[in-house]
Amino acid sequence: MKIRAQVGKVLNLDKCIGCHTCSVTCKNVWTSREGMEYAWFNNVETKPGIGYPKDWENQKRWNGGWTRKANGALQPKMGAKWRILAKIFANPDLPEIDDYYEPFTFDYEHLQTAPELQAAPTARPRSLITGERMDKIEWGPNWEEILGGEFSKRSRDYNFEGVEKEIYGAFENTFMMYLPRLCEHCLNPTCVAACPSGAIYKREEDGIVLIDQEKCRGWRMCVSGCPYKKIYYNWATGKSEKCTFCYPRIEVGEPTVCSETCVGRIRYLGVLLYDADRIDEAASVPDEQDLYQAQLDIFLDPNDPEIQAQARADGVPDGWIEAAKRSPVYKMAMEWKVAFPLHPEYRTLPMVWYVPPLSPVQSAAEAGKMGIDGEMPDVRSLRIPLRYLANLLTAGKEEPVAHALERMLAMRGYMRAKTVDGVIDEAIATRVGLTPEQIEDMYQIMAIANYEDRFVIPTSHREVAEDAYDIRGSCGFSFGNGCSGGSSAADLFASPRKKSVRTPTEVM
Amino acid sequence: MASYLNTLLFGIYPYIALAVMVLGCIVRYDREPYTWRSGSSQLLRRRQLVWGSNLFHFGVLIVFVGHLVGLLTPIWLFDAVGIGHGFKQMLAIVVGGVAGVACLVGGAMLLHRRLGDPRIYRTSSFGDIAILVLLLLQLTLGLATIPISLGHLDGGEMLKFMAWAQGIFTFQPGVAAVVADAHWIFKAHLFLGLTIFLVFPFTRLVHMLSVPVRYLWRPGYQVVRTRLAADRSAPRQTVPVRPREPAE
Repeated sequence: MKIRAQVGKVLNLDKCIGCHTCSVTCKNVWTSREGMEYAWFNNVETKPGIGYPKDWENQKRWNGGWTRKANGALQPKMGAKWRILAKIFANPDLPEIDDYYEPFTFDYEHLQTAPELQAAPTARPRSLITGERMDKIEWGPNWEEILGGEFSKRSRDYNFEGVEKEIYGAFENTFMMYLPRLCEHCLNPTCVAACPSGAIYKREEDGIVLIDQEKCRGWRMCVSGCPYKKIYYNWATGKSEKCTFCYPRIEVGEPTVCSETCVGRIRYLGVLLYDADRIDEAASVPDEQDLYQAQLDIFLDPNDPEIQAQARADGVPDGWIEAAKRSPVYKMAMEWKVAFPLHPEYRTLPMVWYVPPLSPVQSAAEAGKMGIDGEMPDVRSLRIPLRYLANLLTAGKEEPVAHALERMLAMRGYMRAKTVDGVIDEAIATRVGLTPEQIEDMYQIMAIANYEDRFVIPTSHREVAEDAYDIRGSCGFSFGNGCSGGSSAADLFASPRKKSVRTPTEVM
Repeated sequence: MASYLNTLLFGIYPYIALAVMVLGCIVRYDREPYTWRSGSSQLLRRRQLVWGSNLFHFGVLIVFVGHLVGLLTPIWLFDAVGIGHGFKQMLAIVVGGVAGVACLVGGAMLLHRRLGDPRIYRTSSFGDIAILVLLLLQLTLGLATIPISLGHLDGGEMLKFMAWAQGIFTFQPGVAAVVADAHWIFKAHLFLGLTIFLVFPFTRLVHMLSVPVRYLWRPGYQVVRTRLAADRSAPRQTVPVRPREPAE
């Protein structure tokens, strides 16, 4: 056993209101630069829909994630190492920028400089790549926002697998949910495996997956390897970039920007202890539907004294073990089993987990024909088809998702009985295999969601990672090349390209 | 005057070009690692790149290895193995010709894409376009030497260039005189080749020094950086850092 710790994350989709605050604050901090305008380290998609980049969940098309060979060994779906190298001159599995969207700005200047016109002047879109006029904007990071577009196109969503989707095109049966997506900081990342330069790495101390910008050579295999399409090729610098999990903030015990600014308070950060020796075993179980359980099996109980002793021996700081005991992520994933990994069938063992959303009961059910299990509505008659959620979260296995939804309904029922009727109804708790204390704890963390309950982040111990004497007075975060910004006005080696578009701030 | 110019171009210029290339690459790798990349534009436009890039790269690799082995392997080694001079020249013409044409076709597609596609054109630096033009020019010159070579199939002309190239690398004085009476197309090809060496560190060509063949024998798939990795690569350590002791 080799115990490692990771700062994991849970997103409670039951509470996501799709406001995109996470996306916008993330963009302002990380990707508001030339070459990265099209990239959203965090974006919120409306499901059902094909998403951003288009059709990202279709691994038959993009070949992301892992495949299990006949002998039981794992291999990137793109192929063995020599196959990946053979794609280096032209990568057939790479999306084009139009699959994301062509970045654009608007002719704001025209609004101020237009002569007197019969019609009010408009600011028309202009490409940020070519500087040319764009007649039509075709796609974006939330193009299908609130069921935008035709059902026939949105229903190409991969998660409709095994669902009779036609009936959900009818207005009275339609359903939707929001899916905020960011890098999963996987235990078994395919981007790392596919990088020929070895520039992408997982940090042992907190599990954050980063790209070494000085070692990246722009072979762009990681973009294809990642099944979540959460690595972006910066077309201006020729390097790939990805979500950093805001590591400078995590290191000092602060939540990521997307989590900090989430107005719905749906995001949770906490430590998970896991057995690094069993990653391979968990990722290569034969049946895809067992992957969710296999990943749970390598998470370790931080309250077990033997685990604590072993964790200390393996170099996990005491502060991290303490944080693991109070981890909201551990509670939701392991204790209450209400959080699930996104698409475990990719075999990447993702570490950003999702609480499935409850949905209104269908009108037919309301009219008295509804399936009622005791006093609780049957989760199988909820508006969002169970199979759809299962395809998203458990490789199609419905029981765990149904179980989680039942527990969430039980929490509501229990608290309603307590606060409205003034009754402690223990039966509700026991029916879903929980104790009243656990339900109260669930309520505190998932419904009230106080800041200190959502974010239990131990500070990193930089004093053991590097020598403070050497880094005194040095620069903080930079894009490689030591303290320089990565490019300068007069650069002998990489002449900066002419800017094709003037931004509003330059006009003023 | 002709002799002076010949010595300058083929006796002195090679050393300038090679020195700039070697030192330039070292400086760039050390000081500007962020700029060291292949500069792929596939994301912006896939069309024409798949065929163009594959033809160009496979062609140029064969041509490059052919020149490296053909020019720098001592002739006695070929003699010892029993490869005749005429045969070696024929091999160079046929293999180099086929690869050169493939490379030229691919390169032309890439240049057409780079100049004709507004996305690629507007995101290209001067160096991106210039190096592609230089390479295509050099390819054309190289292919243009084939008809001349076909005029003398005994391999004698080839031996001169081998002697010259090996002379440069072994610091032989007066070696420029060996190529003094070569056809001007050969000389132009040599000069342009040296010029490409000269500009090498200032262009995207540096990515060829980072061919990731090591990936093939990198153990396993995953890369995990451990806590003290930063220390091991630190240039100097004033205070020894001890790993955390397990608390009992």
